[in-house]
Parts: sequence; structure tokens; C-alpha cells
Amino acid sequence: MSDMSSHSAEERTVNTSQMKVSDTEVAIDVVGMHKWYGDFHVLRDIDLKVMRGERIVIAGPSGSGKSTLIRCMNRLEEHQQGQIIVNGVELTADLKRIDEVRREVGMVFQHFNLFPHLTILQNLTLAPIWVRGIPQAEAEATAMHYLERVKIPEQANKFPGQLSGGQQQRVAIARSLCMQPKIMLFDEPTSALDPEMVKEVLEVMISLAEEGMTMLCVTHEMGFARQVANRVIFMDQGQIIEQNDPETFFSNPQHERTKLFLSQILH
Amino acid sequence: MAVQDNLAAPPRTAFYNDPVIRGIIYQIVVAGLVVAFLAWIIFNTAQNLAAQNKSTGFGFLFETSGFGISFTLIPFDRSSYYWQAFVVGLLNTLLVAVIGIVFATMLGFVLGVARLSSNWLIARFATVYVEVIRNIPLLLQLFFWYFAVLKAMPAVRQSFELPLSIFVNQRGIIVPRPLPDAEIFWVVVAAAAALVGAIALVVWATRVRTRTGHYPVSVAQGSRFAGAIVAFLVGYLAISMLGSVVPAVSAVSFLPLIGALVLAGLSLTKYGFYGRVFIGTAIGWAVADFLLSGMFGWLPRGVIVLGAALIALGVAWTMLTSDRRPAATEGKFPLALPILIVVAIPALVYWLTGASLAFEIPVLERFNFAGGLQLVPEMVALVVGLTIYTAAFIAENVRSGIQAVSKGQTEAASSLGLREGDRLRLVVVPQAMRVIIPPLTSQYLNLTKNSSLGAAIGYPELVNVFMGTTLNQTGKAIEVIAITMLVYLTLSLTTSAFMNWYNARVALVER
Amino acid sequence: MSFSYVRDHMVEPRPAPVNTAGPIAWARRNLFATPSDSLMTILAIVLLIWAIPPIYGFVAPNFLGGDAVPPGGIVEECRLETAGACWAYISARMSFFIYGFYPAEEYWRPNLVFALGALLIVPLLIPRVPFKRTNAILFFVVYPVICFYLLNGGVLGMRPVPTEQWGGLLVTLIISLVGIICSIPIGILLALGRQSKLPIIKTLCVMFIELWRAVPLITVLFMASVMLPLFMPQGTTVDKLLRALVGVTLFSSAYLAEVVRGGLQALPRGQYEAASSLGLSYWKSMWFIILPQALKHVIPGIVNSFIALFKDTSLVSIVGIFDLLNTVQAASSDIEWSSPTQAITGYLFAGMVFWVFCFAMSRYSIWMERRLDTGHKG
Ligand SMILES: Nc1ncnc2c1ncn2[C@@H]1O[C@H](COP(=O)(O)OP(=O)(O)O)[C@@H](O)[C@H]1O
Ligand SMILES: [Mg+2]
Repeated sequence: MSDMSSHSAEERTVNTSQMKVSDTEVAIDVVGMHKWYGDFHVLRDIDLKVMRGERIVIAGPSGSGKSTLIRCMNRLEEHQQGQIIVNGVELTADLKRIDEVRREVGMVFQHFNLFPHLTILQNLTLAPIWVRGIPQAEAEATAMHYLERVKIPEQANKFPGQLSGGQQQRVAIARSLCMQPKIMLFDEPTSALDPEMVKEVLEVMISLAEEGMTMLCVTHEMGFARQVANRVIFMDQGQIIEQNDPETFFSNPQHERTKLFLSQILH
Repeated sequence: MAVQDNLAAPPRTAFYNDPVIRGIIYQIVVAGLVVAFLAWIIFNTAQNLAAQNKSTGFGFLFETSGFGISFTLIPFDRSSYYWQAFVVGLLNTLLVAVIGIVFATMLGFVLGVARLSSNWLIARFATVYVEVIRNIPLLLQLFFWYFAVLKAMPAVRQSFELPLSIFVNQRGIIVPRPLPDAEIFWVVVAAAAALVGAIALVVWATRVRTRTGHYPVSVAQGSRFAGAIVAFLVGYLAISMLGSVVPAVSAVSFLPLIGALVLAGLSLTKYGFYGRVFIGTAIGWAVADFLLSGMFGWLPRGVIVLGAALIALGVAWTMLTSDRRPAATEGKFPLALPILIVVAIPALVYWLTGASLAFEIPVLERFNFAGGLQLVPEMVALVVGLTIYTAAFIAENVRSGIQAVSKGQTEAASSLGLREGDRLRLVVVPQAMRVIIPPLTSQYLNLTKNSSLGAAIGYPELVNVFMGTTLNQTGKAIEVIAITMLVYLTLSLTTSAFMNWYNARVALVER
Repeated sequence: MSFSYVRDHMVEPRPAPVNTAGPIAWARRNLFATPSDSLMTILAIVLLIWAIPPIYGFVAPNFLGGDAVPPGGIVEECRLETAGACWAYISARMSFFIYGFYPAEEYWRPNLVFALGALLIVPLLIPRVPFKRTNAILFFVVYPVICFYLLNGGVLGMRPVPTEQWGGLLVTLIISLVGIICSIPIGILLALGRQSKLPIIKTLCVMFIELWRAVPLITVLFMASVMLPLFMPQGTTVDKLLRALVGVTLFSSAYLAEVVRGGLQALPRGQYEAASSLGLSYWKSMWFIILPQALKHVIPGIVNSFIALFKDTSLVSIVGIFDLLNTVQAASSDIEWSSPTQAITGYLFAGMVFWVFCFAMSRYSIWMERRLDTGHKG
């Protein structure tokens, strides 16, 4: 959060021309959703409609349920009440639907979660080969393409342990992209990184946004939110407190909790 | 003062303060003490031996032993030499070690996975097992199995009879003895070749699947027909087994044949799945009925059949609701073909060569069983004890190995769309095995070393035959003990060499 | 914009719906989560229903509805066809299991040894109790000496009791305690030697450690009992118990050396450098800086070695020493108490004694490990 100013100082201009948001096509629809961990009511009455092409930033204090919310969207966590419909498929206990959703939704974790026993290239081709049945050569070509996009093609044959944090996170993004997802979920992708590596990861995320990817990002990078998001959601105590376009959200927060939160992270 | 001198030359230190010289002096002193100690021992020993009129040397190995051994893998009698007794003991040690390792690995992996089961009852079950077994001395457990269980079995005349002409009594377990004829050799060769072939087929098919995105057409088609044949055979078996629960089935003699044909046909259509559900349910019913009537024999027959039916319904429900989604692009792995290869090729060779494998059935005569193969109770107790004890430790290794793979790995694999089976095969198991294998190897070594406790219950393994009988008869304490220790030392050093090699090979590359 | 939204009232936490909390939800999640889970649960329950009643019937005394003969019962009851475990036999032979052949009128001496031991070891194991150093010296140095004279007698007008008469749990405890007490200093020296930069010392230590770790304890005990007398000057006789103690100590010091080495390696390099930068000599820096820290970290490891040693002491029965297991084994051929369940009752009893000791120690070691992990500096 404190790095925000340093990044915004050298912001590159973001090409917004392609960042079109569809007004008819719904990517994710969450309706009256509740989730409990045992007796702990962690998500309360979540209503959220994400249109195709939207870039949403979710912010909020630690423990407010941000991670839990986006993890519900590819069923890493199950919800107990309400509906979650992703790409037109409602998530239930049915494994077939879960598979269908996960194939189209990529996820990037705070701690990268690369597979340490596989090379970078193998990390990238694993899912395309075994989930989509893509021939190896083709999968490798795609993988190299995405490695070039995240600017580390020369690392293809190394192991994750040999890469820096920023490089690992870029590999993790590329790994998700290799499945050619329609939606990308990011859970604090830069919070485990040293400040000088944050930028290289954010740049990759910005370029994804420019291509029109539907993105949900849990992040405290407010510079990134201002630049790319078309909507910012503020969560506290498991509920959506306020949502607005970044301009209004930062300049004119409405709810007391939002004001308090913003004053804390912006000093 | 002396400060100026420092620039020119290092200050002179007293030689006894120089760390290098000091180190050398230390070492000389220690080495001297050790040598003196050894010399003292050797001197004493020589004197003692001289006083007892004993000689030293390994010549005794080539003297006849004059004793018999109750259980040997190679021919051995009183006229055999002591070195042959050594070999007998060594082979017996290796025999129980190998059998114990195989069983302990299977039991240990099952328990280790069970400890992490999301099923509370199963996890509790495994925890209790581990906590009870590893906190009781192995020797006590061996005594329990040998004296309290196997020796408490009925006398020969009242032997328990188990299915397949297996008898249990005080003298151990008596099983039918296989009597292979000469042609069986070819069947064994064929079986080995078929196994290798099947593995090669699996590897090749997986490679092709990786390279092209689908399994080779020949394998896929072959597998369909293999599937039909397997469905026929297993279906035949299932329907025959069903006869034991539903008498009406066994009343119609040709029912299994017809049913099996229907099931085979069904397996070629898209409804093959329901055929498998039927087969699973039928076998589940028959097996449950068999087990329940063994466990609760005092219950009325109707109750048992009903209970077994409930369990069979559970099997059916499990199969029906479990994962049977079509894969994104390709069918499941064509497993039926390799299975059929492994089963059918030896069977075919058996039939073509006219080989015959007879079994000599043990028969109870006046005082003992004639024929059959007798597994001595000492060996049974040792194998059972070692297996149960070591499995508890292996289970702990397996559990911590699996736990060492972070939840994030599974989550990342899930979020990429990999299914349970692929997640385990491609992500979790390879990582867990790296953690499991080193401690697993040392458990294997422990099991081998622990097999020496067989001496306490009279199993003729190395320590018993060699350090026990041979030492007593020849009095060659030093030679015998040195040889025995050398054997274990060799096993241990080989194992640690393997471990070093393995660790170097799989070490994750880190920055 | 259409999505602009501000919450006007907060949603209060609600209890989870019945299907996610409470016993039914618990059972559904932990026992019947999937069909195969349900199947396994049912099979496990069937197994329990089958196994529990006969086991209970066997071990529970008759006043609790079982078939076992309670302590104080008579042997005729045990000989009945339907009788379960013969606890009466255990209670009748209890003093044999605890003291072996130790003369009955001298039982106060082993009892005093037990009481003193408990008095010294309990405060030693509780981290909060002060005077650790004094306590440790008392337990590791003074206590064994007192024990020896108390048990062996021959001083202060106490009648001599030769070691052949010692037995039962007493000997099991003596062997494992002496084994661990003697092997700690040897283990430390070996570990330091193995870490040393002096090649001869290092090689000697590695050879010693690897040799004893490679061979089974039973061969070591055989060696000690057969070869030790040969190694001694002519005419010396070595007590049987002493031979076993030597074997056990050699064996366990090799294992302890590896435990201590783990602790030494876990210390950050900075500690070694800080110690030598203070100008401390090798032995002083080991004694004041390195060992105190390293040893504290290997307490769980030492306790685990002790558990292993405690279980392994049962092997001395093979070289003819009457430890707990051997007294139980010997008593099981006692004609006076012969009954169909005599042997199995003895093993159950011995198993329970070993289990209680080992389980308690393993819990202690786990507790200590957690404590050290969470960084309590005591
Ligand atoms: N597996 C879990 N079991 C129980 N409680 C959990 C679990 N995961 C998270 N929680 C709790 O749920 C709340 C929300 O967590 P999370 O979604 O991770 O918050 P955020 O990502 O906003 O920091 C926290 O109070 C956390 O303690
Ligand atoms: Mg979070």
C-alpha cells in the first residue's frame, strides 16, 4: 500500500480503447450468497454481477472475506446459501460443473503455488495436456508464447525454485493463461513480493486488462485500481459495503467504514 | 612496542598455542589412546583364549555342523558345513525381510492415507492403530503373536479349516503345495513377458497421449474389446458368486453364461457403466454376505442377507454417484487392454503348452498332515509382527510426506481444472514420494534389523542360526559376531548409499 | 453508474443453517460426505460392532459385565471355559513383575529408588521449575550412585542383594535410565567429534556411530555378553547386568550422537562466530554458548531416543536378564496359575505398562516440541 505512490509516479498510459465492458453478457452472477466456516458467518448476503470484460478490484481490511469470496467463484470453497453462476454454469456439488467452470476460470495466488518438481515449461503445459488434451508440441508453443508475454522465455527450462518472486508470479499468471481462460481471479498477487518486483507483475496484469480480460483482483495496489479497474468493491465483515467506479470511490467514499479504510491506507 | 613488528612478520606464537599444531597433538593423543585401548583388548583376549585353549580363525566354517535347522530354503542337514548354516540363516533373514517389507508397505500406505482421511471414523481408526502399535515393544508383540495366538491354536487333530484347504493349528499354517511341471516354466516366462509388455504399452500409450492429445487408436479400440472380454469373465464370476446369496440364480445353470454375454455386449455400448454397477453390486453382495456370516454367524440368515444387500446397495450408490464424467477430450485411460494382456497371455501359454499346475492338498492323517506346504508358526508370527509394527512407522512417514505437500499445490492444480486423479498422479504423489522415500528406506532397514528378534521365538534367521547355535557349538565368538555384524553393516551401508544417491537426484533445485 | 452501491445497514451474523452446523452437519461432513465415505463408515461400524463386545467381554472384570476374573480372584475361576483375562493372576504375581527376585523384606529399597526418581525427574521435566542445573546434576550424577548403593546394599548395614536378584519393571527402568544417562555425555562427545575439523577424530567418531547404528541391538547385546568377558584382563568377572548396560550404552550413544548433531547443525552459524569472536576457547564456547542452546532444542529428540531405548530394553531378556517382559514370560509357565488365558493376560499387562510409559513420554516430547517451536525462551 505504501508503494502505491511510487508506482503511480511512473505510471504508463493505459490503453483503454479495447477495454470494453459488455452490457449484456454476464460473466459471473452471485445472488444472495452466504457462506459459513462452521458457525462463523464469513460471507453475508453477497450480490454481485460481473459483466464480460469488467476489471474489478476488491479491497478491504484483512479477514473481511475477500479471498473467501473469490475462492468461492471457482469452488475452492463451497457456499451454503444463494447462487453462484459462472459463464452460465451454476456451481453446485456436481463435479462435472465444477470442472467446466474451472477450465474457464484462471486463478493466481498470493504465494504463486508453482509446482516445484516441474520445470517452468512443464508447469505451463501440464493442464493444457491433461485437461484439454492439447498435443505437447502445441502446448509448448502456447506456453512459450505466454512466457514471452510475461517476458521470461529464457527461464523455460529452469525450476521454480531458481526464479525470483516476481518471476515466479509472472510464470503463475502465464500458467493460468495457457488454459485460455475467460475470467481471471487474482488473490493479492503482489503482496508476497519485494517492492521492486511488484511493478513487473502489475505490468503483466495491466496488459491483460488492455486485451479485454474479465478480471477480479483482490489487491491493495490502489494505483493499479485507479488505472485499470472499472469498478472497486469494498468489503468488510464479510459483506460488500460499497462499490463504485474508481474515480468516485477514491474521491468521494460514502460509507463510514470505507472512509476509515481509505484514510488508513492512503495516510 | 611490538606493534611495529606486526607489519613485518606475524607474531611468534608458542607452538602449543598454534591451532594447527594443537589439532595435530590432539589427534595424536586420541589416536594413541584408541590404539592403546585396542591393544589392551587384543592382549587380554589373546590371553583369555590361550587360557581356555581356544584357537582363532575362520577354518570352522568348513567343518560339518552336526545340527539341523527346522526351516531352510536350501538343502541343509547335520552333515552340512557351518558356512551353509550361515547361508541358510542369511536367506531366512532376507526371506522374512522381503515378505515383511511388501506387506508393511501396503499396510503402512493404507494407514497413512487413512490418517488423513476426511472420514472421521477412518482417521480415528488409523490414529489409534499407530499410537497403540508403536508404543509397545516389538519383542512383546512377537511373543504375543507366537505364544498367545499361534501356539494357542488347536492341536493338529482339531485344526481350523479355512477355505481353499488351508489349515491352521499349533504347528503353523498348512497350505496346498503347488506342484508345477516342467512346462510351467514357460508360463512363468510368459507371465513375466506379459507384465513387461503391459507396462511398456501403458508407457507408450501415455507418451502418445501427451504428444498427440489422444491415446493411440489401436490401444483405444483394443481396449474396447478387452473391456468386453473382461466384462464377460468378471460378469460370469459375479453372477456365479451371486448364486451363493440368491439360490434362484444357481438354479438356472446357464444363467451366468447368458448374463456374462449380455454384460459383455453392454460394455460395448454407452450403457456399459450400468453393467459395471451391476457387477460391482453383485460381487459386493456376495462378499459382504460371506464376511457377515463369518463375523455374525449367530444372526438369522435373513438378517445377514439383508445386511449384505444394504452394503451392496451402498456399493451401487457409490458407483452410480461417483466421478463418471466424460473427460474433456478423451476417454479414460484404456486400462482393460494391459489387464487382459497380463491375465490372458499366461493363460493362453498354459493352455497351449499343456502345462499343468497341480496342488498337493494337505490331508490329516493319524498324527499330522501329509502333503501340503507347512508355514512354520515362528515365521508366520515374525512376519505378522514385523508387518504390523513397521506399518505403524511407515504410516507416519506417509502421513507427513503427504502433509508436506502444501494445500496450495492441490488448490493450484484444481484451479487449473485438473481432476482428482490427475491432481494426485501429477502433482501430489510425485512431491510426497520425495519426502516419503528416504525415511521409508530406513524403515526397510529397521525391519531387516528387527527380523533378528526372530531368534527370540525360534525362527532360524541369521542371528539365531549363526550367533546362537553356531557360536554355541564352535565357541568362535569373535569370528561369528564379526561376520554377523558385517552382514548388517553391509546392508546398512548399501542402503545409505542408495539414500544419498536418491536425495542428490531428487533434491529440488533452489536458488 | 448502475453498479454504484452503498450498504445502508450491516447484515448481522446468522447461525449457520442446520445443514452446516450441529451434530447432523458434523456427521454429514465427517462421516457421510460422499457415497464412498458413507460406505466406509458403515463398514467400519460393522467392524466395531463385531469386534468391541468380545474384546470388552475379555478384558472387563465380571462386575462390569465382562468375563475377566478381577484382581484378587481365585485361579479356579480363571480355569473356567468361559473365563476372560485372568487379572487375578496379575495381581497375585505383581511384586514379581515389579521387583523380580528382589527379597520381599527389602522392597522398601527399590520403592525408595522409585520415589526419589519421581521426585527428581518431575521438576526436571517441567520447564517452569527453577534450579535446573542443580536438579540435573542431582538426577544425572548423584541419583544413579545413590540408587546403586541402595539396591546393591552392602553399606550402612544394608544386606547385599546381587544383581541376579533384581528384576521386573525395576530392571527395565534401570537399564533404560542408565543407558540414557551414560549415553548423553558420550553422545555429545561423539557429535562434537563428528562435527570436528580434525580428520582422525572425525573418522573415528563416524566409524563408531555408523557401526552401532548399522547393527541390530540384539547383536550388540550378544557381543557384550559373550565378548566383554574376553576383553577384560584374565580373572575379571563382569556382572551380567553390567554387560547388558555396556551394550545398551554403546548402542544408544550412537543414536544420541545423531540427535545431538541435529541440534548442533540447527544452530545458526552466527552463534559459533559470536562465541569465537568473544575469544572463548573451543571447549569454553561449546560449554557456555553452543551446547546449552543445542541441547535444549534436542530435548524432544532425546525423549524420543529414550522411548526407543525403553522399548528396546525388552531385548535383554534374550541374554537372560529378568526385565519386565522376561518376568511376564517366565511367570506364564507358572503351574499354580495355569489357565487358558494366563499367557495372554500377562502380555496384555506388560503391553499396557509399556504403552502407558511410552505414550506419556511421546506426548511430553510433542508438547515440548510445540513449546520450542513457538519460541518460548525459558
Ligand atoms: N479454512 C478456514 N476455516 C475457518 N475460518 C477461515 C478459513 N479460512 C478463512 N477463515 C476466516 O474467514 C475470514 C475471512 O478470511 P479471508 O477470506 O481469508 O479474508 P481476507 O482475504 O479478506 O483477508 C477470516 O476471519 C478468517 O479467519
Ligand atoms: Mg486473503
